[in-house]
Amino acid sequence: MPEAFESVYQVLGKDFSNAGRVSTSIKDTLKRMGISPAVVRRVAIVSYEAEMNLVMYATRGKMSLSVSRDAVTLHVDDEGPGIPDVSLAMQEGYSTATAEMREMGFGAGMGLPNIRKNADEFDISSGVGRGTKLIIRVTQIV
Amino acid sequence: MAAQYHHSLRFDVDRCDGCMSCMRACPTAAVRVRKGRAVKLEDRCIDCGECIRVCPRSAIVPLTDQMADLSKFKCKVAIPSAALYAQFDSEVFPGVIFSALKQCGFDYVESASPACDAVTIATEIFLNEYRGEYPLISSFCPTVVRLLQVKYPDMVDQLLPVLAPREISARDAKRRISKETGLPSEQIGAVYITPCPSKIVAILEHPGMQRSHLDAAVSISDLFQILASAVSKVQESEYKMDAVESAAGLGWAFLGNFPRSLPAENTLSVAGLPNVIRILDDVEKGRLRKYRYIECHACPEGCVGGCLTVENPYLARGKAIRLQQSLPAQCVVDRSEVEASYRKKEFLMDESLAGRPLCPLDEDISKAIIKMKERDQILRNLPNIDCGACGAPSCRAFAEDVVLGEADEALCIFRWQRVLVERIEELANLVRTQKQTIGG
Repeated sequence: MPEAFESVYQVLGKDFSNAGRVSTSIKDTLKRMGISPAVVRRVAIVSYEAEMNLVMYATRGKMSLSVSRDAVTLHVDDEGPGIPDVSLAMQEGYSTATAEMREMGFGAGMGLPNIRKNADEFDISSGVGRGTKLIIRVTQIV
Repeated sequence: MAAQYHHSLRFDVDRCDGCMSCMRACPTAAVRVRKGRAVKLEDRCIDCGECIRVCPRSAIVPLTDQMADLSKFKCKVAIPSAALYAQFDSEVFPGVIFSALKQCGFDYVESASPACDAVTIATEIFLNEYRGEYPLISSFCPTVVRLLQVKYPDMVDQLLPVLAPREISARDAKRRISKETGLPSEQIGAVYITPCPSKIVAILEHPGMQRSHLDAAVSISDLFQILASAVSKVQESEYKMDAVESAAGLGWAFLGNFPRSLPAENTLSVAGLPNVIRILDDVEKGRLRKYRYIECHACPEGCVGGCLTVENPYLARGKAIRLQQSLPAQCVVDRSEVEASYRKKEFLMDESLAGRPLCPLDEDISKAIIKMKERDQILRNLPNIDCGACGAPSCRAFAEDVVLGEADEALCIFRWQRVLVERIEELANLVRTQKQTIGG
């Protein structure tokens, strides 16, 4: 195992005033480590989408960042309602966002598809009442 | 990555007393206080001038040109920033200021309004034909360009590649004067009357251009005294209301006016560096894709809030709005002519902009990973209250400096206090043991 930098961030559901801080912190950390700008941008996008999903749907959750020589990996683990039909949620344009979330500019049904599009490896497991787990990996990072 | 950057500010060590005002105000954490003096980290500084605003000792010197430096030009043409007009009462028309500028030693004065109107049309055409990634970000503020190059290097492709009105004005003025007088254009000095020092950097580094058409920049604040006295002496007979000024041209001096003149929907205007940074963070995360164009100004309220102006930015904006109302609303250039020169690439940058990210903790990713772990370890032992007493603007910046070998962990006074308490306890223990031994 190559040496890895690890950092864990806590995210609180419905905490809209702090929403986006974790993804900003993640991207700033990656920039200081010399990760290529294009990779930083992809991680910025996926971490932001994941963070917003936590804020909008979960009670709380954590995002764990791991950076090794070969990859940036993000584990997202939430205490939330879970997704009844994962394959449906992965479809572009499918959204369960409330009117309130849509008013804030979210809910285009692009969150999870956007994460998959920007990741090199993507894994999702979810079940009603169990919460949702994502593993997102971006490789070739320098 | 050790490329030499041009800068438009100099820290005067003799005047600096290490008060840390600039360190705390710097939006890019480019200032440290070492051995009681402020030091600038050249690769981080984006020449925004926030430090100039807050320095109580005037120890930060803008490197704008002085009037005496301009004698090397046979012919001098002044190109005033629209922010200049906003320094005077709204009854003082641009024509009066033009006459006064001539009394101050300029042979010609070129209004930037025609170029502003032309650039608006050019931007419209560009936006209509653009098929790349949104949003586009304005490139007219040199500090914003530098901010993207340094902090958001992957987004430089989203900078609008249309030249700034000041450059178009300088080019057109030189062409016209050269034709009128027969002087070669090298002998004509195009001098921007600037509200901020960052235009100096734009002249020296000419991002997106092979060279700048401007040759020098004199600050509004340096010029203000002699200009104001010349303005008061201008007789009514000496000027006529200048027809070349347009309301839209004047609007370039403050936030929100340029996008309003664009037909594109979904534009956004933002001013003040911390706000610009928040918006660019959102762009980077893909949040603002539905916006087509974002106007960004580093200074509060736009160029009227430049750090080398004299009037309060809010009062200046009010004056600019009143003056705008007295100017013709219509465009002062011919649309078809602008379109024709746009097709000849007269309005577009001729070089692509490159990012220049900050040096990372280490060029070798494996070492950078180790250093980032060290940084976090150090940070956990710091108070995280960003007191600044160590000479770094935040505990995080300090931890990074320690990892990079540029600061000593012992500089943290809280750490010191802890060490001191430990030592005192050790001593107290020692005394107690001694007492027991000798039975005192």
